[in-house]
This record gives sequence, structure tokens and C-alpha cells, in this order.
Amino acid sequence: MSEKLPKPEELAGAIEYTPPAGPGWMETKPAFRKGTYNHAGLAENVQYLDFPNPRKWQPYEQDWKLPENWQQIILEGMADRLEKYRSFRLFMDICVRCGACADKCHFFLGSGDPKNMPVLRAELLRSVYKRYFTTAGKLLGSIAGARELTVDVLKEWFYYFYQCTECRRCSVFCPYGIDTAEVTMIGRELLNLVGINIDWIVTPAANCFRTGNHLGIQPHTFKDNVLFAADDLADIIGFNVEPSIMRKGAEVLVIVPSADYFGDPHYYTFLGYLSLFHEIGLDYTLSAFASEGGNFGLFQSHEMMKRLNHKIYHEAKRLGVKWIIGCECGHMWRVLHQYMDTMNGPADFLEVPVSPITGTRFEHASSTKMVHIAEFTADLIRHGKLKLDPKRNRQWRVTYHDSCNPARAMGLLEEPRYVMRHVVDNFFEMPENTIREQTFCCGSGSGLGTDENLEMRLRGGFPRGNAVRYVQQKHDVNLLCCMCAIDKATLPAVMDYWAPGVQVGGLHELVGNALVMKGEKPRETDLRGTPYEEEA
Amino acid sequence: MNVFVSLVAVLGLVVISTWGISAWQLHGLFGVVLPYSAITLFILGFLYRVYRWASTPVPFNIPTTCGQQRSLDWIPSSRLESPSSTLGVLGRMALEVLFFRSLFRNTTAELKPGPRLVYGSNKYLWAAALAFHWSFLVVFLRHFRFFAEPVPAWVNLLQWGDSFFEIGVPAFFMTDAALLAALTFLFLRRVLEPKLRYISLPADYFVLFLLLAIATSGVLMRYWLKVDVTAVKELMLGLLAFRPTSGHGIGTPFYVHFFLVSVLIAYFPFSKLMHLGGVFLSPTRNLSNDSRRVRHINPWNYPVKVHTYEEWEHDFRDRLVEAELPLDKE
Repeated sequence: MSEKLPKPEELAGAIEYTPPAGPGWMETKPAFRKGTYNHAGLAENVQYLDFPNPRKWQPYEQDWKLPENWQQIILEGMADRLEKYRSFRLFMDICVRCGACADKCHFFLGSGDPKNMPVLRAELLRSVYKRYFTTAGKLLGSIAGARELTVDVLKEWFYYFYQCTECRRCSVFCPYGIDTAEVTMIGRELLNLVGINIDWIVTPAANCFRTGNHLGIQPHTFKDNVLFAADDLADIIGFNVEPSIMRKGAEVLVIVPSADYFGDPHYYTFLGYLSLFHEIGLDYTLSAFASEGGNFGLFQSHEMMKRLNHKIYHEAKRLGVKWIIGCECGHMWRVLHQYMDTMNGPADFLEVPVSPITGTRFEHASSTKMVHIAEFTADLIRHGKLKLDPKRNRQWRVTYHDSCNPARAMGLLEEPRYVMRHVVDNFFEMPENTIREQTFCCGSGSGLGTDENLEMRLRGGFPRGNAVRYVQQKHDVNLLCCMCAIDKATLPAVMDYWAPGVQVGGLHELVGNALVMKGEKPRETDLRGTPYEEEA
Repeated sequence: MNVFVSLVAVLGLVVISTWGISAWQLHGLFGVVLPYSAITLFILGFLYRVYRWASTPVPFNIPTTCGQQRSLDWIPSSRLESPSSTLGVLGRMALEVLFFRSLFRNTTAELKPGPRLVYGSNKYLWAAALAFHWSFLVVFLRHFRFFAEPVPAWVNLLQWGDSFFEIGVPAFFMTDAALLAALTFLFLRRVLEPKLRYISLPADYFVLFLLLAIATSGVLMRYWLKVDVTAVKELMLGLLAFRPTSGHGIGTPFYVHFFLVSVLIAYFPFSKLMHLGGVFLSPTRNLSNDSRRVRHINPWNYPVKVHTYEEWEHDFRDRLVEAELPLDKE
């Protein structure tokens, strides 16, 4: 795939933000060009999850093998959701098309495709809403911005609702707070009703339902991976931290995204957690059943989200822990912060989280009983409980990428920065329009991080890549630090393309490097196994 | 095309009302029947729309956080951008509704050679929107001089402030100019900015033309095309007291203005203008970012099919035994 891609400057140079003259958007159909869409959900996994219409099909084929009454199913699905979600009904009704959102979407900035302007993405659905659910639309048709629901419209929904990463950046700028993530989530639910979905979401969700994690890692392999990590860490620090798995009666259940104990560079962050928990003597346990904090159900339907999220409280109750720590993952925290308690709570069998090391009571998590690891670590540092040597991160000149969900669905902005300032000496912020609540998505979130979709991912990653390149040129930044498993999985490709030479890492990788542990041997390498150069 | 359709529609309204009065003498229709119908439609429609939204549940607590959450005591939280209390939410909503906080953030992205993406501040839309809405409010409130006898003191005060510079006779109102200028800017932006033109629907232009026509007819009446103001007030007081008078002899310009306002009012509940009511109900703005502290209740939460631990242990029993992981059921 990559050899077919144009050079970055050619690709970016050809982006045009002026929409084409000629027919309007209602008369324009998307071209299913390779590299810009995802493959269809595998029938057996669609079936396994009890989703409708499992079959063999692909988006590039003419016939999508829809059920005969697909139109009725979609319209009934819309009617149902209009009664259930105020967000959906309201966002269908009140947009004034002021255009403030138009150039806020990373997919628009990277593709110039006018239907990637959030306002038009919503209008794809809104036009159908108007036609079937409003008086003006029924009477005036296209004059009122209404249109018929046809197979072409459905295909267009598929193309553009899977070209939105539900990152919520547009909703920051909207004067009414219209959130395209809500629109896309409902849009994808509707598509799923007639069996239109993508495999990169369906298969991880099926894996997660079956084994406990998206990667389909079974319990014995889970244990192997964790023990292997402890061995690797022992080579660096000189002793084994002996992680605990599925131990009843532990104080804290630690939930990680599965990539942390499987993927690279996530793995180094995982080593960081293990170092930290050992050093402070935390009474914790990991679980092979609740072996995934991430939730690809979020990208499929609210119901699937709830089905996958269920195991966290279920396992916490079974193990008899007091509270839960959640590690570095973006959309995982969207679910934990804004959905979990509502969906699967109340967690009345847990206790209000109290740090056993500092005694801090995490009042802000007193209902869900789940604390973000950056909050936990920031509190440790604040109380002087960690001995940190930022010089052990001297190989890095770091910038920080706020992941969409922790930034815009949590407001977790200062904790990671506070930790960062204590573990690295060279930290540089990207320009202000590209961080914190205005942060840009990696371009691969919400289940779009596949190879077949690489061109679109790199386009979506352009604003982020562009901002990183700015600090790379200005401050010689060589590490993009983030707290999201999808970021860690997909930003390396984005960096190779837009800001070559910049590596991707996690916050607790840096914590792990800097953490001076009791009884450790002199560190010859960082957690990546890269030997330290002599200090200048 | 979209512009043209909307322009023709509004011009059509002007022509209908002009003929209706000057040729067909339909004073009763334009002065009484249509205004009453319009206001009835407005009130019922508005209430119905708000009721529909308000009666639709908010299943999840989904504020868009635009600032630091409230977490650890020593980290200052952003009370207005990421409110964690009702007071904070009220503050956030007030900033949004009164000063268009989110529009104030607006930026423009530009692709420069390199290629470099740069973001510049862009406050034009915010300024024009603010100028339009506030001027419209003041103009609307000034009209209360026609709705009450004697004229309330606050109306006189408002009028005095609005014509503070005392330019011309009758004194020129600043809000008249601001209203027309803002509407003109918003219209030009919509037709000249290619992205805006691309997303604009006939309805978007229609509202702008309608408002422009209302403002223009009002301004013309005040400064140039004189109408019998006393008769206008008589008609208005009559309508408000449900004892409508005939309204003959006021002059056609008034009826054009009055008809256009009637159309605006009647159209309001069926249009995007309902953002007036909707903005208060937006769940990404009016909820407190406290979802881990206070459990949000979803009224239609229902049980779903899950994979329980017991089933999982059963499915992977051999693997668990092999890995010497503890089992619940030996």
C-alpha cells in the first residue's frame, strides 16, 4: 500500500479546501477508492455477536445484499432513536449551517472532501430525517434540504460515517455543541441494523466478547505475555516484579488496553506500570477475563458497548477488589468516564478509591470507583512518593499528544502534563490550536486503524503530523508521548509519513524510565532496551 | 440556485402584501387574521418543539469538556469550560447563550506551501452573530413602545441609549445599522465563502432575506416612508386587547413589514430558528462533567446479553488449568 502513496508534500499539496463547482453535494456520490474505506465485517463474527444480516459482501461491490425491507428497518431505527436520544433529535433539528465546524475536522483538513466537513457529515443523515420526520421536509423536499433514503444514500453514510473518528473536535467549536460523534454513533447503529459494518470493529468486538480482549488473546497467553514482560523488565532493573493475575482479595483491579501487553510501543508503557506498581507496593491484580479496557462496541452500537463493558464491574465484584485503576487508553476512558456507571453500575460493591500510598481520596471517582492512572501517578508525585530521575529520559525530546477522548470527554489535561514535567527535562508543547481541547485525532480512532484504510488514516493524521513536524523542526522533538492505545498503534505510521524520525511512546514508559527503584541495578538501557549514551 | 429560490420567495411575500393592501384592501387579513394565526402557530409550535426535545431522555452524561476536569484538589479545574457543578453549568450556558463562547473560539485553517497547516484566529462570524442577535433583541424591545400605553420607562431609556449620538431626525438608531450590517455580512459570507455556499440550503438564505426585508422595511418606514404611527399603535393595542380595529389608512409599507414579521413568526417553529430554544437543551453543553462522581441514570437502560465470568471460565477451562490460573469452579 505505502509504495502507492504519493510523497507527503504531493499528497498535502493537492488538498483543496474549496469545494468543487458544479453539482451540489446531494448529487455527488462517493467513489470507493482503495485506501479510503474499510473492509466489511466477517459474517461469522457478525453472527456471533447476534447482529443482523451476516453475509459475505464488500463495500466495493455493487450489490450490498441488503435485506428486502432495509429502508423500513432504517426508518424504524431512526424513529426509535429519535425517541431515545435527545442529542440525536436536537442535533437533527437545530444546526444553522454556520460553518464554524467546517475546517475543524482532521479528515476534512487532510482530504478536502467537503462531506468531511462535520456539518455535511451530519447533513447526510439530517436530509433523510427531514424527508421522513419533519413537516417542512415532507412538503418541500429538496428545497427544505430533504432527500429520499436510497441505496446510494446508504452507501454514502457508510463511506462518511466510517471517515469520522468520533473525536468531538467539531463539537468544541459548535455554538450549540452539536457533536458529530453522536451523529456518527447513531449513523453506525442504523447501518448495523441492515448488516453494514466493518471488520476492524466487528472482529475485535467479537474477540473481546469471547476471550475478554480485542486481540483474542486467551488466558494462558495473557499470563505468558504478562510474565514475559516481567522477565524483560527484570533484565533492565535486575529483579522480577512478579505481577499478580486474577488474585482474589487484591485491593485494586488494574485494567489495561490489550495492546499494552501485546503491541509495540505499548509494551514499554506496560513495563512502566509494572515498575510503578511494584515500587509503591500496590496490592493489585490483573485479569485475563477483564483483559481489555478498550471497547470497540462503542464504535458499533450503544448496546454492544454495554455488552463489552460489563466484564469490568463483573470481574471487580468477583475478585472482591476495593476499586479499579484504568490505564492509558483514549476511547476506553470515554466509556469509563461517561458511560460505564450509567450502563453497568451502580458499583455499590466497591469502595470510594483511596490511594493506599498517599491516603488521597479520589472523590471525583466516588461513584464509578475507577481512577485514571495519570491521576493516580500525579497524586503520588505530588506527595513525593516517587524518586524520579528525569535524566534517564535524556534520550528523548518530548511533545505530548492529548488523545481526543481524555481531552474532550473527560478534561484530563493537567495530570499527564504534571507527571511529564517530573519525568522528562525536555518537554515542548505543540501549537495551542492543536492540543488540549483543540487536540487533533490520530486519524485512526473509532475502529478505522486498518492497513486497507491507510491513505485515509494518513490524511486524517495530517493535522497532527503537521503539528509534530513543527516542534520537530523547532525543538528537535523526537518522541510523541500519548495516553491512548490506538494512538500508539497508529501514530507511528503517521509519524513515519509526516514527521519521520519522531517515535511514539506512552506516559508511563517515561515514568518507568525515570523511576528510581529500590534494589535496582544501574540502568544500562531504557525500557526499550536502548543503551544509554554517556551523560554529556 | 438556492439563493435565487429564496430571494424569489421573499420578494413574492413583499409583492403579495403590497397588492393585498393597496389593490385588494385586505386590511383585515393582513392586520388581524394573519398576525393572530402566526402568533398562535408560533406559540403552539414553539412549545411543541421544546416539549419534544425536553421529553426525549438524555441517556448518557456526555458534556464536551473544553477545559480541565475537577479531579485532584491541587489541580485548578476549569469551572466554566468543564463544569463540575450546577453553578458552573449555568455559567457555561450563560457564556454560550449571551456571548457565544464557542463561536469565539473559531479559527481558520490555511494550507501554506511546505505544506504547512496554520490556524489563525477568526472572530468575524462571532462578531457578526453577536451584533445581529443583540441588535435584534434591542430592536424587538424598542417595539414595545407600540405595545403599551403609556410607553414604559425602560423602552424610553433603551431608545435614548440606542440613539445616543442623535444623528439626524428622527434620531438614528445604532442597532438598525448594526442589524442590517450584520445580516449583510452573514449573507455575503454565505454566498462568497465557497465552503459556506456549498453547505447552504435554500432555507438558510430564506431566513436571511426575510430578516433583511423586515429590517429594511422597518428602517424605510422610520426614516423615509412615513406611516401613521398613532394608527399603528392603535392597531397593535387593539390586537393585544383582542379588540382588533380596522387599521385602514396606516399605509402599505407598514403592512408589508407586519406581514413579513407574521411570516417569520409562523415559520419560526418549523425552521432552524428553533436553535433559540434548542441551545438550552444541548447535552454536550448543559451537563455537569461529574459522571464519575454522580451516577447518571438512563431511564431506558435495559439488560443486554453478556458473556459472564462463569461462561468464560467454562469456555477456557483447559487453558486456565494449563496456565495454573485460579478457577472458581474446580
